[in-house]
Amino acid sequence: MNESLVRELVPAVIGVLVRRGADFAAAEDAVQEALIRALGAWPDDPPRDPKGWLVAVAWHKFLDAARTESSRRGRELAVDVEPPPGPAPATDDSLWLYFLCAHPSLSPGSAVALTLRAVGGLTTRQIAAAHLVPEATMAQRISRAKRRLAGLPLDRPGDLGTVLRVLYLVFNEGYSGDVDLAAEAVRLTRQLAAATDDPEVAGLLALMLLHHARRASRTGPGGRLVPLAEQDRSRWDTGLIAEGVAVLQAALARDRLGEYQAQAAIAALHADAPSTGETDWVQIVEWYDELLGLADSPVVRLNRAVAVGEADGPQAGLAELSKLDPDLPRYLAVHAYLLERAGDLDRAAELYAEASRRAGSVPERDHLTRAAARVRVLIGEL
Amino acid sequence: MAKYLLLKHYRGAPAAENDVPMDRWTPEELTAHVQYMEDFAKRIEATGEYVDSQALSPEGAFVRSGGEGKPPVTDGPFAETKDLIAGWMIIDVESYDRALELAAELSEAPGAGGRPIREWLELRPFLTAGHPATE
Repeated sequence: MNESLVRELVPAVIGVLVRRGADFAAAEDAVQEALIRALGAWPDDPPRDPKGWLVAVAWHKFLDAARTESSRRGRELAVDVEPPPGPAPATDDSLWLYFLCAHPSLSPGSAVALTLRAVGGLTTRQIAAAHLVPEATMAQRISRAKRRLAGLPLDRPGDLGTVLRVLYLVFNEGYSGDVDLAAEAVRLTRQLAAATDDPEVAGLLALMLLHHARRASRTGPGGRLVPLAEQDRSRWDTGLIAEGVAVLQAALARDRLGEYQAQAAIAALHADAPSTGETDWVQIVEWYDELLGLADSPVVRLNRAVAVGEADGPQAGLAELSKLDPDLPRYLAVHAYLLERAGDLDRAAELYAEASRRAGSVPERDHLTRAAARVRVLIGEL
Repeated sequence: MAKYLLLKHYRGAPAAENDVPMDRWTPEELTAHVQYMEDFAKRIEATGEYVDSQALSPEGAFVRSGGEGKPPVTDGPFAETKDLIAGWMIIDVESYDRALELAAELSEAPGAGGRPIREWLELRPFLTAGHPATE
């Protein structure tokens, strides 16, 4: 029995319970309990019909909880105890769950947690471990999110933009614990792309695949961060790159450009190049200009300044950089890099060191500290 | 979400508004204080923001390696150090502003006379340890 097979069934089973009359919060709790039972029981005794097993166990859990609740309140059970006959309709159960779990009324952190549980089929324990918080805290975060959703009409489609943002957030949480959230985000986005017909969903999938393809080369010994320019490109996953490029090309052909497609196009140009020197930086700058037209943000402008530095030389990059707010995250690191390329090694070393003190993660801090040391060796200070 | 450390100091933070040491509080004042801290932790567990909290003894020592084959070298107690940590709470929140809000709430814990202590808490962001999924 493979765990991901069980997890893939979770949204569909929630869907069955909801169609039988359970409200989303109770259905989701019941399915989580059934999932935990399945993970314990199936390795020794795999069922012939896994989905049927999960539906039966979850439905019983739900009825038990509903009975307890109704006797506590002295009220009658509001749902039919006997499930309606016949197989459950195979409409897309996962799609409304994506919209519900990433509902705009939820904070990003709650939406991420709820999506991982109800759409991803992860257990609370796994989600808590991936976020390095106690299981009780994560359980509360999830029930709170569900309480906030109570009473929302389930039939109305939500905001696709929020769904994509939540998935990209999950992807960017990377892989620190036992649960590989980046891989999980790819799986969920792949599933969403199969169920929808929107070029931006395809754009996000392509973007994730292209970044994911470089993963093995992005970290060196001891978990050290390896920048794009120094990555061993023979270790890039050509299968994922080919898939990402194909997904992107099909999306772009539909002529409804969006920010994820533009970002994926930039990632594809990197994936296509045998080295940083042979990268089509001019075209990358053009894509950044497209991206600015679609979604202007200081982060995009910062990345564009790096690309300009490669396309037109470090002075041009520095000129672009000077238009931006120095308090931006990664501004100092970019500034140091452009100064190093422009030959101002003294200031570059200082700024790398300063950037390392403001880094948000340990790998980034170590990378910048090493960069400062490398430049100080060059100028003979070390 | 981002994690922050809220550090309580025995010494080293600027003076609190209600700066009466704990050993001068009445038993009722102590009980009220402990209750407030417990309620606060429960409240932020219910909001899904609690990670951990621990208290530290004021006793302690500095220790360093004495070199190969030699026992560790200790120094202390900390009478002469200006910074002495009393304990911490770790929170996981959506924003820096939320971290400030929770720190302020914790600092409002009652002390002498049942009045809020309004002690200064040191707020420190965690560096994340995860491997990035993008460059």
